Amino acid sequence: MIAHHLPVIIVLVPLFGALLSALTKRGAVAWGIALIATVLTLAATIGLLGHVLHDGVISYEIGGWAPPIGIEYRVDMANALVILIVATIATVIMPYARVSVAKELAADQQAWFYTMYMLCVAGLIGIAVTGDAFNAFVFLEVSSLATYTMIALGQSRRSLLSAYQYLIMGTIGATFYIIGIGLLLTITGTLNFVDLAARIAVTPYDRAMLTALAFITVGIGLKLALFPLHVWLPNAYARAPSTGTALLASTATKVAVYLLIRVYFNVFGISNIVGDVPVLELLLVLSIAAMFFASFVAVFEKNVKRLLAYSSVAQVGYMILGLSMATSTALTGTLVHLANHAMMKGAAFLAIGAVSYQLGSVSLERMKGIGRVMPVTMGCFVVAGLSLIGVPGTVGFISKYYLVVAAFEKGWWWLAFMIVASSLIAVFYVGRVVEVAWFAEPSKEAAKLKEAPLSLLLPTVALAAACVFFGVDASLTAGLAEAAANALFGGSL
Amino acid sequence: MNGGIFPEGNTVMALTLIVPLIGAVLIPLFRAKPNMRETVTLITAGVLFDLVVILADKVLKGGVPSLPPLEVFAGLEIKFEIEPLGMIFALVASTLWIVNSIYSIGYMRGNNEPRQTPFYICFAVAIFATLGIAFAANLFTLFLFYEVLTLSTYPLVTHKANDDAKKAGRVYLVLLLATSMLLLLPAIIWTGALAGTLDFVPGGILAGKVSPAMMGVLLFLFVYGIGKAAVMPVHFWLPAAMVAPTPVSALLHAVAVVKAGVFSVVKIVVYVFGVDALREAGTGDWLAYVAGFTVIVASLVALRQDNLKKRLAFSTISQLSYVVLATAILTPISLVGAAMHIAAHAVSKITLFFAAGSIYTAAHLTEVSQLNGIGRRMPWTMTAFAIGALSMIGLPPTAGFLGKWFMLTGAVETSQWVPVGVIVLSTLLNAAYFLPIIYNAFFKAPPKPDKHHPAHGEAPWPIVLALTATATGTVLLFFFPGVPLTLAKMMMGLN
Repeated sequence: MIAHHLPVIIVLVPLFGALLSALTKRGAVAWGIALIATVLTLAATIGLLGHVLHDGVISYEIGGWAPPIGIEYRVDMANALVILIVATIATVIMPYARVSVAKELAADQQAWFYTMYMLCVAGLIGIAVTGDAFNAFVFLEVSSLATYTMIALGQSRRSLLSAYQYLIMGTIGATFYIIGIGLLLTITGTLNFVDLAARIAVTPYDRAMLTALAFITVGIGLKLALFPLHVWLPNAYARAPSTGTALLASTATKVAVYLLIRVYFNVFGISNIVGDVPVLELLLVLSIAAMFFASFVAVFEKNVKRLLAYSSVAQVGYMILGLSMATSTALTGTLVHLANHAMMKGAAFLAIGAVSYQLGSVSLERMKGIGRVMPVTMGCFVVAGLSLIGVPGTVGFISKYYLVVAAFEKGWWWLAFMIVASSLIAVFYVGRVVEVAWFAEPSKEAAKLKEAPLSLLLPTVALAAACVFFGVDASLTAGLAEAAANALFGGSL
Repeated sequence: MNGGIFPEGNTVMALTLIVPLIGAVLIPLFRAKPNMRETVTLITAGVLFDLVVILADKVLKGGVPSLPPLEVFAGLEIKFEIEPLGMIFALVASTLWIVNSIYSIGYMRGNNEPRQTPFYICFAVAIFATLGIAFAANLFTLFLFYEVLTLSTYPLVTHKANDDAKKAGRVYLVLLLATSMLLLLPAIIWTGALAGTLDFVPGGILAGKVSPAMMGVLLFLFVYGIGKAAVMPVHFWLPAAMVAPTPVSALLHAVAVVKAGVFSVVKIVVYVFGVDALREAGTGDWLAYVAGFTVIVASLVALRQDNLKKRLAFSTISQLSYVVLATAILTPISLVGAAMHIAAHAVSKITLFFAAGSIYTAAHLTEVSQLNGIGRRMPWTMTAFAIGALSMIGLPPTAGFLGKWFMLTGAVETSQWVPVGVIVLSTLLNAAYFLPIIYNAFFKAPPKPDKHHPAHGEAPWPIVLALTATATGTVLLFFFPGVPLTLAKMMMGLN
């Protein structure tokens, strides 16, 4: 019986975890609750994935109300992959959270942090699992509100400012999304994705429809930090508590990318979008701009968290690039990059979080020689960095390979060269950190430091190892991504 | 060895790839006991050499050892198979690793170099990558290990960790990564899209599938994408990398890095383009010109270098383009010359670098102009240097003669007079920048010892042992070229 309810369990478990955490008020207890909740969520997710692999698409009717009247949760390969990413990352960084949060946050704030952490996870999984446009909006807001709070809990007073900045931008994004959905509702009279798709297919593609598409694209574009709507992201990532940054960087933008893919492929229908207006061409240009511009900014960034944040903007560019090429191979590249980028950016932010834990700073100036005193931590950073560059044998190469192959398949050899050229910029920003960490003598304070504690190291090493493992044997990640891409191209949700 | 986990006794091949990695894991366990640590390196190198010899025996008997492919994802495999050219490369690398390890012990201890444990680890990983390149059965596997080699040698190049090392490291890493990612990777993926496979197949995979013009474009991407082959203008990482300790220079120049470059070029021309297909396409002719240009210009630059290691570096650039030139002549016999020159240059150039490092360790001298009369104080070192230099010039009885002979034969047979001219001219230039060193070392009077340059004798015995061994090898290879020559001819189907 439980198996049948898995689609809703994966949302409810973290949601109740959040509730319980809020009630405990004690950091250690809240951590225990969060650990149990994330582990249960991950177990349920794996069970759900098994069902999808075995039985195909799963449709779950909330409260027994049949769609399109009731809310439908619908799981296929695409969102199963995304949910797996969120649940895995949320679980893997739990051992890290205990030590890191205990150091970075005041005692009375720790339980709140875990509450927000759980709410954020529930919201992100909710966006991925739901088959209802309005329900997706609700979960978008749940995750966003939790994120604003999480950022505001950061150590620096500027965290509040960053949270406020993101609050404004995020609210604008959510509003744009809901306006777009509202337009679709007036045109079609429905909110269910499947139903929407069926009705849009027989509705003339008029200006109202285009307007809806534009609003939704900009709205989700803000959430996924599509260049030039990314300005909130570097501050938010740099000033959130380290654990929060790792969670957000690995999962939040990925879920937004997924939502955009879902809307493009399964609601509007990619062939409609291709036919009428140059939306995809626009996205192509913006993603190329992100790949180059954000990478360049990262090269000159002095705060390593911000450096990684700009790198994230560039990496989102690759994801949207795959979407805008609109071929099965390219979309596989995008989907596999969702997973791959979660691993590499997770590992990178955890490593930098560990440096922050020991050193109390993540500015390049103070990180001199840190590689010699924290070799394991910085070793993980290097592995993650090599993945960002896309060196073969790491996950980054897998994503890049799919995208370059897709570009050649379309005959766009110039794009293939732009992809490899932009990925090379990562050599410079990763290289700067490596040079500072190894080629400078440690400062007096740094020389006294030791390697980070084991609970920080284990999740970091695990994600870095995943970067290499799934770079050599990508049959699981690329296999899932390919199946998901084919499902999305099949057009049926 | 039959009946193991792998079919047809290929356990040996799997072990060959794994052994250097085991060494890399064991070395740090003995970081507190340098003697044990170096023993691990030497044993690993010795075992590896034995395994490679067993494999060579199989290949000489016509066997094609291979391992079951590992699928990265559908359509992309990590795959190993040994063909004759790869066997030559593996033999060269594994033989010289032993000598280089002995030399390293003398050099690193003699100069009190810091961080020796990471040094030996990176060295072992670099050898692992080299074997991966040698045994690669498709372009992806070659590319994978090519990049592993770049990354594992970066810490070696920057070993001294000062500002010079940092700058050199930047040039080294950026140039090699940039060329490989910008040109080599697209070339590989493009080839895969056009040919439908990435495998190395005798006769090539592109024949009949792409236009002659496309072949020219792909050849351009491959040759310049393989920055390690140091064809001008992507050569300048090599002189920059001279800041590294001498054993690393030897690794770069003789054992692994540049050899991986020219090996890849030869391998791709033979097994991806196909020698006949490329000759018929006629769009590979430019390669002979850029290689010839590199040979001459690098020699001219070498002539003007006073720093001994820099002079050797430009000599390497010139000698590498011999291999590329021999490949570009596109006749079977010239490709035999290319393969032979890989082996010959390896053993001779490592001798020269060992000698340069020996002089630095014993006398702390780095400039050519300081070497007057040094042959009297360091007779072993300078005799070895002379043998290495003669091999660079291509004079019998040294190994360098062989490659040049086959190259010239191939060029003359097909009436390609430009390569012939280049080889003759550069031989003269080689003589011009090597012979004065030898003359001055033996026949000019040494300066009087002073406070800065006290009287000295030979370098520590491991160094002398190593350079004597490689100098002997340089001569022996001339008289007994059997194994590499047979393998090179097998590659071209000549016996």
